[in-house]
Order: sequence, then C-alpha cells, then structure tokens
Amino acid sequence: MNRYNQRKKSEKRFRLYGVIAISMSLIFVLILMFNIFKAGLGGFYKTAFTIPFHFDQQLLKLEDHPSSEQIQKASFRKLIAYNFEIIFAGYSKEEMKDINKIFYRKIDQELQQYLIDKPDNLNKTINVSLTASTDIDQIHKGNFDRTISEKFRKVNDFQLKIYDELLEKNQVETKFNKVYFTTGDSRDPESAGVAGSVMGSLFTILICFLLSFPVAIFASIYLEEFAKRGKITDLIEININNLAAVPSIIFGLLGLGILLNFFGLPRSTSLVGGIVLSFMTLPTIIVACRASLRAVPPSIREGALALGATKTQVVFHHVLPLAMPGTLTGTIIGLARALGETAPLLMIGMVAFIINVPTSPLEPAVGMPAQIYLWSESAERGFIEKTSSAIILLLLFLMVVNFLSVYFRKKYEKKW
Amino acid sequence: MFYPLVALFILSALGFYLGKTKSIKLSKSQKLASLPNYYGYLSLFYILIPSLLLWFVLLTTQELILNKYIYSLMKEAIHTYEANELNLLFSKIQNIALGSSFGNETEFELFAASKVIHFKKIFILFTYFIILLSSILGFLVVNRKITPLFKSQRVVEKIVNRFIQLCSFIAILVTLGIFLSLVFETIQFFGYVNPLDFLLGLNWNPNKAFVIDSAEQIDKAVLKDAFGIIPLMGGTLLIALLAMMVAIPLGLMSAIYMSEYASKKVRDISKPVIEILAGIPTVVYGFFAALVVAPKIVEFGSFLGIEVSSESALAAGLTMGVMIIPFVSSLSDDVIRAVPQSLREGSYALGATKSETIIKVILPSALPGIIGSFLLAISRAIGETMIVVMAASLQANLTINPLEPATTITTQIVTALTGDTEFDNPKTLVAFALGLTLFFATLFLNYFALRIVKKYREQYE
Repeated sequence: MNRYNQRKKSEKRFRLYGVIAISMSLIFVLILMFNIFKAGLGGFYKTAFTIPFHFDQQLLKLEDHPSSEQIQKASFRKLIAYNFEIIFAGYSKEEMKDINKIFYRKIDQELQQYLIDKPDNLNKTINVSLTASTDIDQIHKGNFDRTISEKFRKVNDFQLKIYDELLEKNQVETKFNKVYFTTGDSRDPESAGVAGSVMGSLFTILICFLLSFPVAIFASIYLEEFAKRGKITDLIEININNLAAVPSIIFGLLGLGILLNFFGLPRSTSLVGGIVLSFMTLPTIIVACRASLRAVPPSIREGALALGATKTQVVFHHVLPLAMPGTLTGTIIGLARALGETAPLLMIGMVAFIINVPTSPLEPAVGMPAQIYLWSESAERGFIEKTSSAIILLLLFLMVVNFLSVYFRKKYEKKW
Repeated sequence: MFYPLVALFILSALGFYLGKTKSIKLSKSQKLASLPNYYGYLSLFYILIPSLLLWFVLLTTQELILNKYIYSLMKEAIHTYEANELNLLFSKIQNIALGSSFGNETEFELFAASKVIHFKKIFILFTYFIILLSSILGFLVVNRKITPLFKSQRVVEKIVNRFIQLCSFIAILVTLGIFLSLVFETIQFFGYVNPLDFLLGLNWNPNKAFVIDSAEQIDKAVLKDAFGIIPLMGGTLLIALLAMMVAIPLGLMSAIYMSEYASKKVRDISKPVIEILAGIPTVVYGFFAALVVAPKIVEFGSFLGIEVSSESALAAGLTMGVMIIPFVSSLSDDVIRAVPQSLREGSYALGATKSETIIKVILPSALPGIIGSFLLAISRAIGETMIVVMAASLQANLTINPLEPATTITTQIVTALTGDTEFDNPKTLVAFALGLTLFFATLFLNYFALRIVKKYREQYE
C-alpha cells in the first residue's frame, strides 16, 4: 500500500511540474508586459507648465502684423528672459539659470508657434503651455525618486521648490504628447518622436512584401505544381530549409557584402533593408503557400483540366486563388516577424541618427526596432520611457496583425 | 534610379494594350489561334524582359564606369597629389558630387565633382534612351508575330513557366550570395591574420588592429594574437547553455503537460500564450534584459554578498532562455504527439501511472526527436543577436562563470560593423570571418537536427 501511495504522489508531483512550467511562461509574459507598459505608458504624455506670457513687440523687434517668416526669424530669448523676470521675481541670476533649466531647451520654438498661429497675440498677455524639461517630466510622472540625495539627481533642490510652487498654483499639467507621434529622432527626449521610424518600417515592409510575395508564390507554384522530382528540385528544397534556419544577422552581412559593397545601393535606406528582409521572409511564405497549394483538392484541378484548360491556366485561374487565404496568413506572419527584426538592419546602417521623417524608400531611415535599440543605448533617463513607449506601439501593432491573420484564417479557411 | 523602371512599366502596359487591340482587330476577319489577352501578354513580355535585363546591366555597371571615369579625371591631376591621397580624393569627389560640402574643396575637386554630376545626368538619359529603344524594338518584333495563326498562348505559357522556375532558383542564389559574400571578405581577412591564429587563438582584442592612417602598414605580428575566436565561442556557448538551462526544462515540461495532461480548453489557451513569447521582437527582450533582468540579478547578488557584473552572461542567458521556450515546447510537442497511441495503451495495461508512462515509455521513444528540437533551439540561441548586443558585454572573457561578463560572436559582428566601416582593415573584415563561422555552425546543427527528426519520424510512419 505504501508503494502505491508513493507512486500516486510522484504522479501528482510530475503533473505539478507541468503546471509550473506552463505558468512560468505565462508569468514571464506578464512580467515583461507589465514592466514595459509601466515604463512606457507615460511616454505618450508630457508635462507642461501653463504660464501667462506677454508677447512684447519691442523685445521681439517685430513690425505690426508680422508675417510667419518674420516671426520665425525673430529671437525670443530676450522675451523669455523678460517674462521670467516678471513671473519668477526676486531671484538671483544664478537661480534664474536654474529656473530656465526646468523648461525644455527649445521653448522659444513653442512660443514662436503661438505667435505664428495667431499673430494677433502680439502685445497681449496670454496663457501659454510650455514643455517641461525631461528631468522635471520624469519627476512629475513619478519615474524618478525625488527624495534621494541632491548629488545623485539632475534636478537640484531649488528647482524642485520652484516646481512645487508651480504645482501648488495648478500651473503644471500633463498633456498628450503630440510631438511623439509626428517627429523623427532627436537628441532631446522632449522632442524625440516615432514618426520617422514608423515611416521607415513602413517603407521597409512594403519593399519586403513587394519583393518576397510574388517571388515566393511563383517559386511555390513551380515547386508544387510543375517541378519534376530530381536533383535540382531537392537542392532548391534544401536551400529553402536552410534559409529559414540561417541567423538573421547573416542576412545583414549578405546585404552589406553584396547589396552595399558590390551593387553600390545607397546605405541606410529602406530599400536595402526591405531587400534583406525579403530574403528572410521568403522561406516563411513559400512554406505557407506550398501547404495551401497542397491542400487544394485534386477534383478542382481535374475539373478545370476536363474543361480544356491548360496546366498553367489550371494553376493560375483555379488553384492559386483557392490557396490565397492560407498564403496570405503565412505572409502576414512572415512580415510581422520581419517587422520586428533588428540585427540585419544594424549591418546595413539602418541605425543612424536621422531627424527627418523619410518620404521615400531611397532616403536614409531607421526602422521601429532599430529606433528602439538606438534609444535604449542612450544614457538620458527620458529615453528609457520613450523606448518603452515605442515598444508598446510595436507590440500593439504586432498583436493587431496577428489577430488579423488568425481572423482571416478562420474566415476563409475551407475544409475540403 | 527607379524612375526608368516606372517608365518601363508604363511602356509595357502600353505594349499589352497595343498587342491586344491589334489581335482584336485581326479577329474580326479571321479566327484567332489564342485569346486576345495572350497576344497582349506576349507583347508585354517582349517589351519588358529585354528592357528589364538591360536596365539591370546598366544599373550594375554604372558604378564601375563612374569609378573608371573619376580615375581618368584624376590622372590629369595626378602630379599634384601624393599616391596615397588618391583614395581619399576619390571618395571626396564622390561625396561632393552627392551634395555634401567640406569647406576646403580645391578647384580641381569641384571641377571633378561637377563632371561626375554631369556624367550621372547623361547616364540617366542614356538609360531612358536604351529602355525606349529596346521597348520599340521588342514591340516591332512582336508586332510582326501577331498573326491570326500564331499560337501566342503556348509561347506565353512557356515564358511564364521559365519565369517561375527562375523564381524558385532564387533560394539557391541567396544561399550562394551569403556564402560568396562571406567567403570573399574572409579570404581578405586571412590575408592579415593566419586562419590558425584565428581559430585557435585565445585572445580577442581587435583594437590592436586600429591604425590612425589607413595608408600605414599594419604590423602582422601584432595581429597574431588579436583575433582569437576561442573566447567568443566560449562566451557564445556559455550564454547558449544558460539559455538552454531555462528553455529545456520549461519548454519540455510545458510540451509534456500540453500533449499528455491538458484538456483541450487549457491547451487552446496556453499554447497561444506561450507562442506570444516567440512573437515578441528580440530587441524587446534585449531591452528587458538590460533594463530589468540585469539590475535585478546584480541586486540579488549583492543581497547574497556576491559581486555580479551588470553585463553578466546570466542576464542575457536567462532572457534568451525565455525567448526559446516556445521553440522547444512546440517542436517537442509535435514529437511527443507523434508517438503512437499503442505504446501508451500498452504501458497503461501493464499498470503504469501516467507519469511513469511518460518518463519510461514516451520520452525514450520520442528522444531522438526531442534532442533534434534541442539542437534547433541551440542553433537559434547561438545566432541570436539583439539580446546579447544589448545585455551582454563587449569585453572578451574566457570564463565559465555566468556571473562574469562574456561576449558572443554575434555581438562582435555588430561591434565590428557599426560605426566607421573601412573594408581594408582586419578589424572590420573579421566580422565576415565570424559570420562564416556562425553560418557553418548553425548549418551543421540544423542539418544534424533535421536528420535526427526525420529518421525518427520514418520509424513510426
């Protein structure tokens, strides 16, 4: 009886191991998501100060009813100094310097925008919203412990006092960070955005799709419908399997060695990135397409042949359309994987510091994952948040894409 | 660069239209051998294919011709320049032509750059001209062929078949491309460093190859012990091993639970959740490892009184292990499910419990496949780049202590090729030698793994 109990116990224990293993994986997913979301959700918001500001005509040296160009040329430095003297009266010159630092380095551009949007504001005092510096921003969001010793933080006690005073007067607000979605990279966390990298990724994936999708379909059709078993066909199959297993960084080396150095294609561009990624996506799509072609029942082929269609017509008019849903699902999965790929992009220089949002695949660009990598290497605290926010966007997009592929599979899948 | 292509597509579309309308016109007087569309397609192919080939040839030779042209320009001014300045001058002229300015251009450089710009303009015009010419020629040829008796469908289908055959050869071409690009640069690298020193060297210190002036000769004696791959292999294996120590127990147990114990409901939920781990981009794991895992390990180490490096192999290894769980679990899941039901039933009939059946019957019979899946996972681990680039160290360190920093082959490839890349320095070229090593290592592992899995499958089918 004792032996029986022991066996029963070990059975239970074994089962428990299994439950533990699965829940561990589940916990990992949760921990990862929790940490990323905790660190990144704040990145979609920014801290700003609402401050009454007088746009003095003389300090700006502007005429009446200035044009946009004139406003853009005007220097706002004096105006800012003048206004800060009024708002923060009674502080020494050194202290004024500290006060300046709780604002974003380029608030003059924000003020310019106020005047450009409404030239009537000239000589008026209006409430303007000025972006806080990234250090204050991090403290306001609670990402940075303000109680630690002054030596270890970038914001000194005096700046904290000013910040607290503004907070008390209700002049600190948290705003939606529009800049984050409309600009490219920047040295300042306050004005860094994902728009550039999103466009870069978009172009890259577009090129990748345009190249890999047709080639993969044609290759699958040949292998599945036309090729005779033989040495060459075997060689092709071995190579396709191989390509699926080659580490992604090797594809980057291929891009560097052949596309950049041999063919002289422009470095850092989405075009080269797309070509490299298409090599990686090719096997995924081919596998999916071949499986779907195989799943089309012979009766369809025979029916078409009986009506006098040629072999090519059978394949292109009847079999391929029926194999499309499965192929598309595989394509979406392959492209989603390509979208998250970083290592090959590092090799072909798609990790440069690029401020402009690219408008064509021939311009230097970075992709989303490369941007994440770049920001994560940055020492600035504000960039940790930006990195996490970019990761959230990337993960959300991948999730949507994957759900779509599942949805399409469920909707169009046919059981013969 | 790509506008000629657009022009070409418009021309071919025009060809399709003309071919089709001509055949329709013909069909009014006499019955056609094929449908009008096929005449259209035929004209399209006759215009597109030769022009496309010509365009590609021009595109690839443009750089070559341009280089020759710049050198011929430089020959006129060669007496004013030192021989070793020529390369510098060459790239400077190219850059000025691309629109960047240095502020110290000499008159000759500006003159040469303007010539280069002029050359490029003429070349583009020439490209358009060639494309137009070949399109017209192609159309004239095909136009004569379009007669009611001509069986265009047969020709079109033949072309299509040839084309899709070509497409399937691309897989071979890409593999060949990978191989050649790696081999060429590796041979160049071995011109600086003895292959044996590379494969058996115990020291990794590529900075020794750093020279300020590219014209300066690199001392080969110094390079003798600068590029030893052994420490990198050690680091790669260490991290891969740590990853497998996480992934094998968790992945295998999940697979066993899901295939043997779990109800369909549990399976339907847990499987996609584990697959999520495979869908997360590796750069996210890298960021997570550097931001969360590494500091926590350091914290835990100091709590225990052990000093842990902030770039320890452990942080990268653990995170990579989590990433690999789904590979191990889904591959082993397939293998375990392929074990015939009769074996299970036989074991139950002898009075074995479920766990006894799994450990003593199912796992042994599925072992080859499971080992195959482990090998695939290892090959995945040693080729993984972003996690180690972001979380592991850059310093080569031959150690088996997971708490110390370690570097990997992939990390060193990335370090060698980001930043300034000059292709006449072993410091850069070594990346390709490392890549080739990695390529062969993963190839070997995959080949081996697939063979084991295949052999096992045949056993039961």
